[in-house]
Amino acid sequence: MKFIAFHLMPYADLDLSYTEKYDSAWVTLPNSYYDPVKGHALYNRYLDELEYADQLGFDGIGINEHHQNAYGLMPTPGVIAGALARRTRGSVAVLGRALPLVNNPLVIAEEFSLIDNITGGRLIAGFVRGIGAEYHSWNMNPAFSHERFGEAHDLIVRAWTETGPFHWRGKHYDFRYVNTWPRPYQQPHPPIWIPSQGSRETIVWAAAAERKYTYLQTYSPVAAVKKFLDMYRDEAQKAGYTATPEQLGWMAPVYVGETDASARAEAQPHIEAFANKFLRMRPEMVRPPGYLSLASASAVLEAKSAQTGGDRTIDQLIESGVFICGSAATVRDRLAEHERTLGLGHFLALLQFGTLPHDATMRNIERFAHDVIPNLRSPYAMSS
Amino acid sequence: MTSVLAANRTTLTVEGTQVSVLRGGSGTPLLFLHGSEAFTEWLPFMNELAAHFDVIVPDHPGFGRSETPAWLDCIGDLAHFYRAFIEALGLHDVVLAGHGLGGWIACELALRDTRELRSLVLVDSAGLPLLEDGIDTFMSSVDELRSASYVDVRRAPDPGNPNLAKDALMTARVAWTPRFYDPQLAKWLHRLRLPALIVWGAQDNIFPARQAEAFAATIPGAQSLVIPNAGHLPHVEQPQTFAAGVAAFAQGARP
Repeated sequence: MKFIAFHLMPYADLDLSYTEKYDSAWVTLPNSYYDPVKGHALYNRYLDELEYADQLGFDGIGINEHHQNAYGLMPTPGVIAGALARRTRGSVAVLGRALPLVNNPLVIAEEFSLIDNITGGRLIAGFVRGIGAEYHSWNMNPAFSHERFGEAHDLIVRAWTETGPFHWRGKHYDFRYVNTWPRPYQQPHPPIWIPSQGSRETIVWAAAAERKYTYLQTYSPVAAVKKFLDMYRDEAQKAGYTATPEQLGWMAPVYVGETDASARAEAQPHIEAFANKFLRMRPEMVRPPGYLSLASASAVLEAKSAQTGGDRTIDQLIESGVFICGSAATVRDRLAEHERTLGLGHFLALLQFGTLPHDATMRNIERFAHDVIPNLRSPYAMSS
Repeated sequence: MTSVLAANRTTLTVEGTQVSVLRGGSGTPLLFLHGSEAFTEWLPFMNELAAHFDVIVPDHPGFGRSETPAWLDCIGDLAHFYRAFIEALGLHDVVLAGHGLGGWIACELALRDTRELRSLVLVDSAGLPLLEDGIDTFMSSVDELRSASYVDVRRAPDPGNPNLAKDALMTARVAWTPRFYDPQLAKWLHRLRLPALIVWGAQDNIFPARQAEAFAATIPGAQSLVIPNAGHLPHVEQPQTFAAGVAAFAQGARP
């Protein structure tokens, strides 16, 4: 298994009593809750944490994109990736850029190419549709999300792989001159990963024989992770090939302590703030009409009920497997079991979550790097 | 209360798309285009109208019991569809009525082709930029939307529309952005040459009643009817007042 240290860069200084006045940390929470002086310190703290993880031997670091919320402060992940590019050695995974939100997908082709050139081919290019709340924040029509995602992807990959200039004529985009400079460093293009919360359309699309993109299940109960990774493997079989572990990943919050009891005690307020305060949003934000096809709406509803159906306790989060917490031995055993039963090739550890302070985050990164990763390196990963 | 008239639901194929249509009454055809939700049943306001008109109430393509065609992307598509629908049914001298989203479709249709139209009735209509924001229907739960839509929610049809998610999806598709209007319509609606009646519920929380002024000021010679004690669906809350107003207007009298 390979390991990426993932970060959401939340506004950890959030006044958690906001819930007395507002029903969501997304879209409509007034930005007066954000203090730029504290924000400045947080961004630099988080960059230090990711650089530290890279130094301690993670295979890469991971970031993503969210808008108008306290949960994740990276509206333009390319800026963060740029800040990390020259201070890291491993992969820089941008997981991902929300393709349907932009009116010019070539912006993303250029941004990813830039990172790939600066890092000398260490970019992992994540493509996502963006979560439902983003369609409110950017006023993008959720009912065209799938169409725009597909067309933007096709345009970006063609811009990366075909000599320009060429004319792109699509339903949603028309560009007379597509001629991306710089071209990507990796040939034919950077690896493409598809993080998702379990939309069937997305899984079928990612598993198709002409793509075979790495599918990444984000923040879900283990049962849901298994269901969607199995769905990917089934789709691969239908497409005439067998999916490898390299094509399957999972992102989960993790906390490694000295003992199970101390880990639980140290993590509790922070993971509960993460689940109940930072992830808090109205159901209408999670699923704006049209964001899911009528067919897959029910499947995702089932997976998401674990995180939006009222407040969660740390014990519920550990029990369902959403959160992995304990001594190094416990976390190691859990991950070894998941590797075996889920067939994972990539694990993305969210080692800072909610309000978890800097010191605790750094110890968490150290324990994970020193006491968990070495025992889980597969022969495949070590030889690659 | 008018006694219940015979009404039936049939399925027609127009432009390769199967649409479900409620129809009852006789006389001048009145084509009623629903708002962001298709009707699940023949309602009292349809019955009231059926005393004066041949009332035709289709589920829009992509809504209710109708098929979702691949060509449906915007309100203009539905306007073109209903031109074909009027032609396919061989309708002439049509009173074209539309509520909310349906009013917007009616405006777009009437700007394209008035040959088979007698007059236009817009009810709490979308289409023009709002003078004043109402609640964000896409950010509202089913219950919140229901209680915001009526002055007295007990007047609402029974809940339990099995096609709510389908209707919401298609409403988003055609109206998410710009939110329930088209700047092109705002530019050109003044070219409309058709007798028009602007009906509004006085206590509409979705498209506040001031919006009636925007339509009245844009459409030359338009008449207005503000119905008291009604919200976003005055035809549902005050069916007799609504039908009497439409009938009087259609006969050429001022309501």
